[in-house]
Amino acid sequence: MGTDSTLMAMVQLVPEGMGVEVRSSLDLPTILLLVLMLAGLVLAMLVGRWIGRRKDSMVDASIVRAFNRRVVAWLTMTAILAVASIVSRYVVVALFGLLSFWALREFITMTPTRRADHRALFWSFFVVTPLQYVLIGIGETTFSYFATLIPVYASLILPARIAFTGDHKRFLERAAKIQFGLLVCVYSLSFVPALLDMKLRQYNPSATGEEDRLQEWSGESHVGLLFFFVLMVLLGDLLQFTWDKLVGRHLISPAVNGTKTWEGLCGGVISVGLLGAVVQFALGVTPFYVYGAGFMAALVAFMGTCGSLTMSAIKRDRGVRDYGTLVHGHAGILDRIDSLCFAAPVFYYVTRFFLGMPG
Amino acid sequence: MNLTVSLLAGLAKVVSGASLRWVDCQPDTCQRVYFANHTSHLDALVLWASLPRHVRALTRPVAAKDYWDRGALRRYISRQFNALLIDRRQIRVHQSPVDLMIEAIGDQYSLIVFPEGGRSEEGELGEFKSGLYYLGKKRPDLELVPVYIDNLNRVLPRGEFLPVPLLSCITLGRPIWLEAGESKADFLTRARQCVLDLKES
Repeated sequence: MGTDSTLMAMVQLVPEGMGVEVRSSLDLPTILLLVLMLAGLVLAMLVGRWIGRRKDSMVDASIVRAFNRRVVAWLTMTAILAVASIVSRYVVVALFGLLSFWALREFITMTPTRRADHRALFWSFFVVTPLQYVLIGIGETTFSYFATLIPVYASLILPARIAFTGDHKRFLERAAKIQFGLLVCVYSLSFVPALLDMKLRQYNPSATGEEDRLQEWSGESHVGLLFFFVLMVLLGDLLQFTWDKLVGRHLISPAVNGTKTWEGLCGGVISVGLLGAVVQFALGVTPFYVYGAGFMAALVAFMGTCGSLTMSAIKRDRGVRDYGTLVHGHAGILDRIDSLCFAAPVFYYVTRFFLGMPG
Repeated sequence: MNLTVSLLAGLAKVVSGASLRWVDCQPDTCQRVYFANHTSHLDALVLWASLPRHVRALTRPVAAKDYWDRGALRRYISRQFNALLIDRRQIRVHQSPVDLMIEAIGDQYSLIVFPEGGRSEEGELGEFKSGLYYLGKKRPDLELVPVYIDNLNRVLPRGEFLPVPLLSCITLGRPIWLEAGESKADFLTRARQCVLDLKES
């Protein structure tokens, strides 16, 4: 009871009104999930530091360092995201907008374009990217626009813009670079904040007939759903890494990525699936059934690996080790969010397919 | 250093995403000539803006008068950056650009110059004009610092007026001086090679 009233007080600190949507509905399970995530990440950071300090460590020092950097990045990201989602949905949308902008910047910096692509790039950065996030910010009512802006309009118009310039050298390759950059860095990533504004249904356990089998999801805040998704992406990365190290024998594709193994992939997907089911069973922050949550978690973990492998392939092709070293002194954002990018749209669309409101 | 200058410098750094690397060279307020490859109109501004505050207060970029003296905005910007505008078309014997530069720096300022004279078309480093040699000859005390500017030509290519905010990188290398008895051609080749070497480092 005592915890409940402090939480209410904390939430009420945010002023109501002023035309800003206030997420006063951060329910107890969501807050528990947040606290658990942050605590888990702090713990992971401490363990990483401890292993890094030990002299007789069995693990390669560079791997430990990479792991530590990753955990610190996740912790920062989760903390900022937690604060943002308490304040307002718009702040979360804006944050991801900035993240997309920076990721696209890294992506295009890495892929060589020609001078004739300049205008198309300008449109990508200053029209398409902001517009996508404005539509996401307006909410699910603009679904048919933000779902098609990049795959339909931008993907067709930007190559045409390049064709207008008359430079046809390696045309398809150049167009594909811009399309893929927008698809991964902007379109895909924008579905993370889009999770905050979805009208969803959930299964009615006391249903008698076919028509009331699904009822409107009672979860007032979608922050729980968002953090469930982010947690599963992080767990996917972490558990796969652990399985790789413990039992990994057969590399998936040695030429592309030297750490990802089939054992890690299978172990990661299965264990994340189980953990997803456990989290849903214990906290109930999503509209899924327990096994549904397990399936979604496994799917997210699988897509996360697809993302890491795909981005590794691009990096290998360009001859860079990670986006951080691409330009000296920049932290590579794209290295940190590749799994998030690939998992987000799949998570969004599958959720919408099964539990979205009809019509 | 007033507020508008800081704002403009910050804007130039954000748009170009520039990161500065000092290789065998440290930021210093001693008199220097930074000589760089020239790929974009932004070169001088971004290099200048990326320098540490106390260094750039004493550094003047040399820019083309025919570009930076046209239009109120460009004139305003070039004045804010304390640019030294040189007329490329009217080079007179008794008042050569090198004399103007030496006069402008006095015993205090450093310079940013682009010895290629103009922007190279597809990012390749052109031949150096002789100005750098005469600078080194008339003022042997100046440190000549090679600078390689990478990717800025994609931020603002030739003939475009709207920048695309990609990431760029500026590398500053070990200072060189004109050796005793070194011929003009030898020196210019060596200076050009210093800039090229930074590309790989």
